Amino acid sequence: METIMGRLLQVGVLLSSFVMLTGGLLYMRAHSGEMPDYRVFSSEPQRLRHFGGVLQGIETGDPAALIQLAVLLLIATPVARVVFGLIAFVMERDKLFVLISTIVLAVLLYGFLRPQ
Amino acid sequence: MTLSIFTGLLFFGSLTAGLLGALTGLGGGVVLVPLLTVFFHVDIRYAIGVSLISVIATSSGAAAAYVREGFSSVRIGMFLEVATTLGAILGAYLATVVHTQALAIIFGLVLIYSAVVSWQQGKNPMPELKGGSRWSDKLELSGSYPDRDGKPCKYEVENIPGGFGLMFVAGTLSGLLGIGSGAVKVLAMDRVMKVPFKVSTTTSNFMIGVTAAASAGIYLHRGLVAPGLAFPVSLGVLAGSLIGARYLVRAKTAVLRTVFTMVVLALGVEMIVSGVTKWF
Repeated sequence: METIMGRLLQVGVLLSSFVMLTGGLLYMRAHSGEMPDYRVFSSEPQRLRHFGGVLQGIETGDPAALIQLAVLLLIATPVARVVFGLIAFVMERDKLFVLISTIVLAVLLYGFLRPQ
Repeated sequence: MTLSIFTGLLFFGSLTAGLLGALTGLGGGVVLVPLLTVFFHVDIRYAIGVSLISVIATSSGAAAAYVREGFSSVRIGMFLEVATTLGAILGAYLATVVHTQALAIIFGLVLIYSAVVSWQQGKNPMPELKGGSRWSDKLELSGSYPDRDGKPCKYEVENIPGGFGLMFVAGTLSGLLGIGSGAVKVLAMDRVMKVPFKVSTTTSNFMIGVTAAASAGIYLHRGLVAPGLAFPVSLGVLAGSLIGARYLVRAKTAVLRTVFTMVVLALGVEMIVSGVTKWF
């Protein structure tokens, strides 16, 4: 079971890195010659902050949206591991740890989907 | 500075941070945030957002290697993740109310503390095991890991409430500062719960990714993850930590470790000094 978990994490990271690299190269091509400035904080545009917006951005070929998709994939990887752990504990009929994994998953989902 | 040069420098800077993190066992974030703020003049909130992402990448990337060795405890990890994820959510909320210069100062203090822990780890052997506890049996957290000869070596877990509480603190720091808080997690597991070193480091690595994921979503919603920073930094840190884990940890690193501990100390002092002078 632990081997599959490790594999799962590895695949998630590989997939995300690939999307990240592709998005990054396209991003650099699209923005070449610009002067980056992150000294002063200005929030990223709304469209790059949630799942729907990111998907729309990809449809219109926005490289920044592709990078954000990679970020979402990356965040989803450990979440998937917790889901996997939960399933494993259900199969082992370990009630206490089913409860514990459910709490962890609920906290993760809250962080991700919480209302604005 | 044009975008390509900036991105290239960021990539190699992050690669170095990843290498340093793997070498000292502190994780990439602890070096990355000061690197971004001190050398690249990135706003600390952006630095924290992007650091969280790279922390997830490093943790998940290294996990496959750790799992193969079979030392990590899924049960201990999952149980303590209740504390770290709740702490991470709290930390992400605190980040909105804490002054940015105060963030820099807190970060500096954590850096200095991490350097001290890393220093001690290199010197002191792991503490001796004593008896277990009532909680350890109830939660079935006791386990075993293969020793040098491959024979299973049994262990039990002590002071679970204390470890749980410290993990909550570790999670809060993670959500507030965008770091893995490896140093605090190791303290909680090694010193307080007396989990054997081999088990605690690999389990802590697992937990770091889950903890960071809890607050990363909040940072993303707030627009604190800048794509232009995210791709060179996360790829750089990931590459650096993988190279570091594969080649440097096995090498004789006592001297390097000392040098890097000094670097981390210096960065900590720099962050505190600049935080204080800019604030007042």
